[in-house]
Amino acid sequence: MHKSTYTHMKSVVILGAGTAGTIMANRLFRLYRAEVAAGTMRITVVDLDDTHVYQPGLLFIPFGVYQPADVVRPRRRQLTKGVRYVQSAIRSLDADANTVRLANGERLPYDACIIATGTAIAPEETEGLLGAEWHKSIFDFYTVDGATALAKALESWPGGKLVINVVEMPIKCPVAPLEFAFLADAFFTKRGMRDKVEITYATPLDGAFTKPACTRRLTHLLKGKRINLVTEFNAGSVDNEGKRLLSWDDREVPFDLLVTIPSHKGAAFIADTPGLGNDMNFVLTDPHTLQAQLKPNLFAIGDATNVPQSKAGSVAHFEAEILTENVRRFLAGEPLDPGYDGHANCFIETGFDQALLIDFNYEVEPLPGKFPLPGIGPMTLLAESRLNHLGKMAFRWVYWNVLLPGRDIPGVGPQFSMRGKQQDTAAVSAACTEFA
Amino acid sequence: MTTMLLGDRAIDVDAEGFLQKPEQWDRSLGEAIAAAAGVVMTDRAWAVVTFMRDAYLNTGTAPTIRTLGKDSGVQIKELYQLFPKGPAKLAAKIGGIPKPRGCI
Repeated sequence: MHKSTYTHMKSVVILGAGTAGTIMANRLFRLYRAEVAAGTMRITVVDLDDTHVYQPGLLFIPFGVYQPADVVRPRRRQLTKGVRYVQSAIRSLDADANTVRLANGERLPYDACIIATGTAIAPEETEGLLGAEWHKSIFDFYTVDGATALAKALESWPGGKLVINVVEMPIKCPVAPLEFAFLADAFFTKRGMRDKVEITYATPLDGAFTKPACTRRLTHLLKGKRINLVTEFNAGSVDNEGKRLLSWDDREVPFDLLVTIPSHKGAAFIADTPGLGNDMNFVLTDPHTLQAQLKPNLFAIGDATNVPQSKAGSVAHFEAEILTENVRRFLAGEPLDPGYDGHANCFIETGFDQALLIDFNYEVEPLPGKFPLPGIGPMTLLAESRLNHLGKMAFRWVYWNVLLPGRDIPGVGPQFSMRGKQQDTAAVSAACTEFA
Repeated sequence: MTTMLLGDRAIDVDAEGFLQKPEQWDRSLGEAIAAAAGVVMTDRAWAVVTFMRDAYLNTGTAPTIRTLGKDSGVQIKELYQLFPKGPAKLAAKIGGIPKPRGCI
């Protein structure tokens, strides 16, 4: 008997080529460039279509700031050459056989599989939401189609009751609906018709946001902009004929124009793999290592996970640094690094070319201060500034040219830092809020 | 964590009154918490609270309102009638388990 010289070709399969999947593919390729070239490693990415949407840009489409073409690029072109891209729907994930089956018939066996299939709106979960008024007086802005249809409607809307409603948590980018309310106030003010519009923000939460300091600041902003806040409103159905939004406990909010943020769900194949996800198809994931609970060779990242943190691009970005290292460790047979601390940051557009910036993690709520350099900034935390707004608008370039290619943003590490933050208000809060 | 005195018993609760040690709970305590929250404990209400508590003790996490509506035998609409405003939250509190966490 001689020792086998056979070397196993390792296969990493990434499901989804959105923000998280694309960053992971590019980072892993950089790590395994030599192995890919030598034919001992293959990195495969799967997605349904070839349309990568810059999702933070969707918010600006209804107000005519961006056109659909400004937020869309081909998925394939965001991936480094050497990464294999397969365009197909996912039929199933067979965790026992370590194989993904695609709708195009292809089978993808894997040594490690990264689930980055994100989340999508599920308006069908709410009775009447997809009724006769859908895309007539009821719109979403979480899809290119919805945001574009809403832009057309706003262009000629004579005014009346504008209602913004979050159906249930979790949603993608939980500050986006508030930003929409702020931008709507500015939009109608600039058009000289703010007095003809009554803006109402109806949320299932018990405040404008979930973190105390941030909620106080945002509630103050809502008041200043004359936006009504309706809390603990759990939308159960929509009366299309009467144009009323009805809650489970029989309260109602009448509307002339309803901007809905429907329920969100993870990818359908997750529901078909027993033990992989929860009742909303979010993958049960270790919040620090990002390994799936179901099996050691399954990982999840970004909006696809159930980790107790905002579904946001910054989360996917910070997670990717930890997960790249953990995939390497897993393939090398080393223990995983529980290094993800829930770090997230978001710009919050407040209208009239102003924005807030918040930076937080699993344990610490958004605090005032300077970011990323303590005392210097240049960004201001939890306060409005024009520079924060310019940062948000410049972020689109950063997204395509720095974030997706998997490069590091100078001064911004994957782990949260208390440096530059004013700690006197640092009541440590749980990163979560209660369900209804 | 603070301590709530109930008769001669010391119960560990969080700032909002959710029990931190499910083993300190019994049915009479559940009745007392419900009364304080203005909830009438009918058989239907008890069915939900029992389902909630068992699910937590068996799986380590409290079911969401969606799961309650599907699996507890009580539809979402009725859940809101039994436990106004926050069925999952109230049922957890009455059932003596920590506050369910939904995340932003």
